[in-house]
Amino acid sequence: MRVAILGTGNIGTDLLEKLRRSDVLDVVMFAGVDPESPGLARARSYGVATSTDGVEAVLGLDPPADLVYEATSAAAHRANAPRFADAGLKALDLTPAKVGPPVVPAVSIDVAFGASNLNLTTCGGQATVPMVAAVSSAAEVEYAEIVSTVASLSAGPGTRQNIDEFTRTTASALETIGGAARGKAIIILNPADPPILMRNTVMCIVPGDADREAVAAAIARMAARVQGYVPGYRIAAGPEFDEVEGGRLKVSVFLEVTGAGDFLPPYAGNLDIMTAAAVAVGEQLAAEREPVAP
Amino acid sequence: MKVRLTDVTLRDGSHTVRHRFTVDDVVAVTTALADAGVPVVEISHGDGLGGSSLTYGFSLVDERELLEAAAPILRERGSKLAVLLIPGIGVATDLEAAAAIGATVARVATHCTEADIAEQHIARARALGFEAVGFLMMAHMVGPKELAEQAKIHEAAGAQVVYCTDSAGALMPSTVAERISALREALHPDTIIGFHAHNNLGLGVANTIKAIEEGARHVDASTRGLGAGAGNCATEVFVAVCDKLGWETGIDVMAIANAAEDVVAPIPDRLPSIDRSSLILGWAGVYSSFLLHAQRASARYGVSEADILLELARRRVVGGQEDMILDVAIELAARQGAGA
Repeated sequence: MRVAILGTGNIGTDLLEKLRRSDVLDVVMFAGVDPESPGLARARSYGVATSTDGVEAVLGLDPPADLVYEATSAAAHRANAPRFADAGLKALDLTPAKVGPPVVPAVSIDVAFGASNLNLTTCGGQATVPMVAAVSSAAEVEYAEIVSTVASLSAGPGTRQNIDEFTRTTASALETIGGAARGKAIIILNPADPPILMRNTVMCIVPGDADREAVAAAIARMAARVQGYVPGYRIAAGPEFDEVEGGRLKVSVFLEVTGAGDFLPPYAGNLDIMTAAAVAVGEQLAAEREPVAP
Repeated sequence: MKVRLTDVTLRDGSHTVRHRFTVDDVVAVTTALADAGVPVVEISHGDGLGGSSLTYGFSLVDERELLEAAAPILRERGSKLAVLLIPGIGVATDLEAAAAIGATVARVATHCTEADIAEQHIARARALGFEAVGFLMMAHMVGPKELAEQAKIHEAAGAQVVYCTDSAGALMPSTVAERISALREALHPDTIIGFHAHNNLGLGVANTIKAIEEGARHVDASTRGLGAGAGNCATEVFVAVCDKLGWETGIDVMAIANAAEDVVAPIPDRLPSIDRSSLILGWAGVYSSFLLHAQRASARYGVSEADILLELARRRVVGGQEDMILDVAIELAARQGAGA
């Protein structure tokens, strides 16, 4: 399947590295606007077609790309999205623009087949929504709360200047994709040097008579599924079961995400999980387009 | 010299009562504080607006109800109502709700190296007509120069006051002085400098006095020191000291002493004190709010509270990372098990 990457910064370049390993996705254009971008030089050295004409280079592709990865900024994607739609191009948005529905590959890949514009919700959502969905599959989740802690160095200006977007978007994904009746998300930036790995704590409130073994098994299965496309995804501790007020049960899972270190440093698991999810969505779209012959 | 005191009994003190203040508590404390002449009273969950959660503890009563109970009492007596917001935990729209209830001072708190995540909230606070205060937490973790650089970010976003916040109670008079004078030098002369102490090393009042000597004009305190860790600078003690120094706080010494003794002290099960764990918070530089969470984790996993706190210090965990307390306790328990 032919894919184009728009945005040659850290995220675009990390995505390029991951896509080069894919057997089914072929990068036909790596486009940005900054001729000095180290990502561009890297792409050229790999023999990938590059351009500094930005979105025009992507729109001008003939034949067109089957999927455009947008790794620019929320503002840029808001401007580009209608143009992609007019041109009949399917877009997967790695910015926080939220033009289309959110997709978490381990849980809600189906949405990717129908929509022409998709987004990856947030890094915290990619890490934690699968765990909430796993608990939901075994017990009714009345409330889910997550805390994502990321290294300060891995939080770019987009995250910093719009941190409320993170908490809101993630909380909403805990509900709509994770299946929790109510969700809350918290994000903390930690400036420790050397930088910390991305950490996520997921807590779900379930009925007191929930089947603990079934919950634990669902969590383990889901972790394996996410590891299928994010190799550095790991349950550091849990699930822990604690009885709380009203005879209910609190299920806690502590996650650590180490980046693959493709272009971004390994501590930036929060960015790695986004590019890894982007590749996973692309590969599943490719599989859907060209079903394996029986 | 005039000093403006913000009493944080009903916000930082929320940690002491595990966020279980009732409307009756709030009415009684607010009335006593305002009658004594306290100019600003802060009310929020201990971890700020929106802090009610599994991670930090659920509020017994929604903070909006508590704000609604306090607002008319303060208005009648000419005192101001303040709220705290920690971006990443609460959101800017929480400020809109607080403004509608009648809060007029918004304090926006970030870790001392992450000032820029508060830009949108400080700007929003100003647009809503709040007096906007930037709050740089865990100020012991960076040097004076870096703290001043971060303070400028809050100032540029619209903060009229910027606080040096000693969340771990780890600063000493000399290190308070360095930071306040760095802020004084870096910020516009019209920007007011504030100081927030914790008493983990027994320096709450002394550090606050030092901060004022170096140019701070807004300070935080709480009656009977109610607050995270060993608590804050005690309002009644600070007011008495200011009176002896000839500094004006506008607060009556006997009235605030009575409020502290008769109204506030009976509320919590236990009053903050410099016990071993609180001492470790100050000595090792750990976020004071971790204290009671570490106590519970210690009981749940059978590992020592001191070991948990020291490990958190080693990992340079910052405010808000209460979830790491359980993580550390689980890991220490596993190590103990392996060693047994």
